[in-house]
Amino acid sequence: MIPPHGGKLVDRVLSGKERENALLKAKELFKIKINLELIRDIENIAKGVFSPLEGFLCKEDFNSVLNHMRLSNDLPWTIPIVFDVPMEIANKLKEGQEIALVNSKEEPVAILHLEEKYTYDKEEYARKVFQTTDVKHPGVAKIKAMNDVLLGGKIDLIKQTPSPFERYNLSPLETRVLFKEKGWKTIVGFQTRNTPHIGHEYVQKTALTFTDGIFVNPVIGKKKKGDFKDEVILKAYEELIKNYYLKERAVMSILQTEMRYAGPREAIFHAIVRKNFGCTHFIIGRDHAGVGNFYPPYAAQDIFSEFPDLGIVPLFFKSFFYCKKCNSVENEKTCPHPPSEHINFSGTKIRELIIKGETPPPELMRPEVAKIIMSYENPFVE
Amino acid sequence: MEEKEFKEVLIPTTLYKKIEEKIKGTEFSSVSSYVTKILREVLSKEDEKKEVFSKEDEEKVKERLKALGYID
Ligand SMILES: [Zn+2]
Repeated sequence: MIPPHGGKLVDRVLSGKERENALLKAKELFKIKINLELIRDIENIAKGVFSPLEGFLCKEDFNSVLNHMRLSNDLPWTIPIVFDVPMEIANKLKEGQEIALVNSKEEPVAILHLEEKYTYDKEEYARKVFQTTDVKHPGVAKIKAMNDVLLGGKIDLIKQTPSPFERYNLSPLETRVLFKEKGWKTIVGFQTRNTPHIGHEYVQKTALTFTDGIFVNPVIGKKKKGDFKDEVILKAYEELIKNYYLKERAVMSILQTEMRYAGPREAIFHAIVRKNFGCTHFIIGRDHAGVGNFYPPYAAQDIFSEFPDLGIVPLFFKSFFYCKKCNSVENEKTCPHPPSEHINFSGTKIRELIIKGETPPPELMRPEVAKIIMSYENPFVE
Repeated sequence: MEEKEFKEVLIPTTLYKKIEEKIKGTEFSSVSSYVTKILREVLSKEDEKKEVFSKEDEEKVKERLKALGYID
């Protein structure tokens, strides 16, 4: 089985006596209230989704990630996982101190072992991770709104916050056992934040033709206005898998983290996360994790040549389309006919149809999938 | 890439020349970038094949996977 990133699956979920002690201790500790996005990333660290990270980045790693797209030990890592607090709070904290991180109900969720507090340059952060400082980019806007001090240090998870989609919430340990149980040696991961159209299905099935199983892994969490709602994405994939995939060849579970829209850097991050889940291969299509026109369409594929030590094999796809002459689904490597013969599986086009109340036609989307989407009064994030 | 820190490594001149010849017209801009890539590739192969969970973990996990309907 493929090793996790860095060689070891991180496990910082407290249980039994250790957890009871931590709960008692947390009562006495300095408390910082955190939101659900941060709670999800703490869970991702604790359960090994973000292996080898054991906590929030300290300054040396943070700078190394910005400048070299690697941790300070040379391991590939492209997206900073950080915890920001206002200066007034940071001033009350000492390095070496333990801090209780609590949820909106004041319940302790995790303990942070504060190793380092440090300031950072927001412009540089944005420019290096997103290749722009334009606040129209959602990632840049988010950095602009961040607090001024970052807290680095390991975390221990005390309380798991149930997901609204708990049935689909598998940890890397669970997916690894599942893949072993299924007898899969090669597993291809598919990242999605969309309902599936025929083009997605072709990409997945083409990759599946050469591997033992497909791991459909939708990103669940904060998205932008106009994206499909999480529930709609999951229900749509349930229909697709139930009707068009072999049960023994496809598994779906969720990744609870927010989209960063960091294009190429996020493609590497997404690949690392899927490696931790046990995938040996990972699909990268056109404009992976992009937003607007901020990244060239295939930049998220080109970047992989800088990471010969990633440990997971990227599978690069051009977009599929329907060709009227071929009378089948093709891509630019397989079809000799001019674009005038092609019907693109455009997400935008499908979205427009749905908004107008028209069911997307079967050439674009499986009827079962379309039916589920149309059953929602508003399938989009408001 | 900017701000990168580097250390020197010595390799035989004959090998250096061979690499220089090999990377002409490729994505590699220097012998150093080629050598870096090859070393990273080789080193990353070393920690494969380790089992990451125990038999005990495995049995516990299987119960949950059954309950969720992932396995029969
Ligand atoms: Zn054609």
